Amino acid sequence: MSQKKPEKLIDENDVRLDGRKLNEMRPLRLEIGVLGNADGSAYIEQGKNKILAAVYGPREIHPKHQALPDRAALRCRYHMAPFSVQERKSPAPSRRELELSKVMRESLEPSVFTGYYPRTAIDLFVEVLQADGGTRCAGITVASLALADAGIPMRDIVSACAAGKVEGRLVLDLTDVEDKGGEADMPLAFMPNSNAITLLQMDGMVTGEEFEQLVNMAVEGCKQINQLQKEALKAKYVAAKEAGVEKEEEAEEEAED
Amino acid sequence: MSSKIASKIKQKRIAQLIARGKRLDGRGLTDYREVQIESGLIERAEGSARVRLGKTEVLVGVKIEAGEPFPDVPNEGVLTVNAELVPLASPTFEAGPPDENSVELARIVDRGIRESKAIALEDLCVEPGKKVFVVFVDVYVLNHDGNLIDASALASLAALLNTKLFNYEVKEGEIKIKPGYKPLPMRNHPIAVTFAKISDKLIVDPWLEEEQIMDARLTMAVEKDGKICAIQKGGGYGYFAPKEILEASKIAQEKAVELRKLIVKE
Repeated sequence: MSQKKPEKLIDENDVRLDGRKLNEMRPLRLEIGVLGNADGSAYIEQGKNKILAAVYGPREIHPKHQALPDRAALRCRYHMAPFSVQERKSPAPSRRELELSKVMRESLEPSVFTGYYPRTAIDLFVEVLQADGGTRCAGITVASLALADAGIPMRDIVSACAAGKVEGRLVLDLTDVEDKGGEADMPLAFMPNSNAITLLQMDGMVTGEEFEQLVNMAVEGCKQINQLQKEALKAKYVAAKEAGVEKEEEAEEEAED
Repeated sequence: MSSKIASKIKQKRIAQLIARGKRLDGRGLTDYREVQIESGLIERAEGSARVRLGKTEVLVGVKIEAGEPFPDVPNEGVLTVNAELVPLASPTFEAGPPDENSVELARIVDRGIRESKAIALEDLCVEPGKKVFVVFVDVYVLNHDGNLIDASALASLAALLNTKLFNYEVKEGEIKIKPGYKPLPMRNHPIAVTFAKISDKLIVDPWLEEEQIMDARLTMAVEKDGKICAIQKGGGYGYFAPKEILEASKIAQEKAVELRKLIVKE
C-alpha cells in the first residue's frame, strides 16, 4: 500500500502538485473551543493535516517531583493516531514523537507566563488525526490557540510554518511528498510581536544564502498564519461577547416588562 | 561538587562576563575548548573513537551487522544512531529507557550524518530488498561537562572514519565473512556547531555551567562544502531573533572548517 511517487513535484510554470505557487500556503482552517472537557482546545486543518490540541491546567502536578518551585511545568505530548498515515503507525510513542514533544514544548514555553503558576502543571496534548507533512508546525499553531482558549496569560501567539527546498526551488509549507522528495525541510516557529524564533529545525542541505531566504520566507508565512489565528480567536470570543450582551439585554427587557 | 549546579552568584558572574564579551574560563565567545580525539580503542567494534571536549567525554562505537533494508530504499544500507546518557557520566543521569534528552541527542547526530549523505549507504547493499548492512552508531557519554551534541557528532564522525567493513562473499543467500577489511565508504564529513544564547550574546561550545543559564541553544551541522545540513534549536526558555540565527549560520560555517581539520587529515 505505498503511494506512487510523482515524477515531478513542480512543473515548468512553478506550479506545485496541488496547484499552489512556490510561496503559497495550504488553505488553513482554525476552530477554537472544540472539546467539552478540556480547559482549552482548538482544531486545525492545513491542507490534509487535521490536528486537535487540548490544554488542561494550570492544575496539580503528578508526579510531584516534577513540580518547579518558580514556575508552572509546561508538559507537551505530540502523538499521531495509528490511522493518520498511509502505513498504520503503532500507537506507542516513537523516538520521533518524543523529540517533537520536546521541541514543541520549547517552542511554546517562551510565550507562556509560567511564572504566574509555580508548582503546577500545564498539560498540552496534541493529537494528529491525519498527517500530510508539516504536522509539528500545524501542531504548534493549534496548540498556541488552545493555550489562549484555556485563558493562560501569554506574551504572544506562536505561529509555525515550514519552508524548504524542492527540486532546486525554495517553497513554503511543504506537503509530505514534497518533504520526502525534496532536498530540505525547515520548520520554524515565530512570535511576531517579540520578533522571536522559538523553533528551528532543518533536515537537508542548503547553502548559506538559501538558508537566509528560507528563514525570511518561513517568517513571512508565520506572520500570515498569525493573522488567521487572531481572526479565529476573535471569531469565537467577539461572537461570544455579543451573544452575552444580547442575553443581558433580553433579561433586562423581561425585567422591565 | 556532586550537585554540579553552579551557585547563583557564579551564574550571575558568568552572565555578566559574557555580556562584556568574556568567559569565566578565559575563552573568547566563539572559541572551542581543547579537543582531543582518539580513534580505534575498542577492538571488538568495527569502528570507535573517543572525543574529549574540555572535560566532556564521549565514546562512540560502530557495529555493523546484516539486516533488512527499509522498503522505500531497498538498495541502501541502514544507519541507526542511538545515544546513552549512562549514569556514571553525571549525577543528573539516571538508568532506564532513553529519555527525551538522549533521544534528541541521537537524532541530531543522526540528522547530520544522514542529510549530508556522509556514508555511501548504496555501497552497503548485499541483496536488493532482502539483505543489507546495518551501521549501528552508539554514542556513549562518559563525562558530562556541557555540549554533548558537538562532542557526540565529532566522536561519531571519527568513529565512522575509523570503521572497517569486513570482506565477505554471498553463498546461497548467506553472508560468509572472509579475512581482511576495507574502510567504510564515506563521502562527506558533517560537523555540528552548537551555540548558547546568554546575556543576548551567542557563544560557541557552552560548558555545563553555561548551559545551566542559557536562554536557548542552537545547533547547526555543516558539511564539507560549507552547506548547512541540519539544524536544531532547543534548551532553555528562550528564543533567537532572525538576525541571530543568520549570524550563527556564518560562525558555524567557519568553525566547522576548523574542527574538520582535527579529524580529516587531507
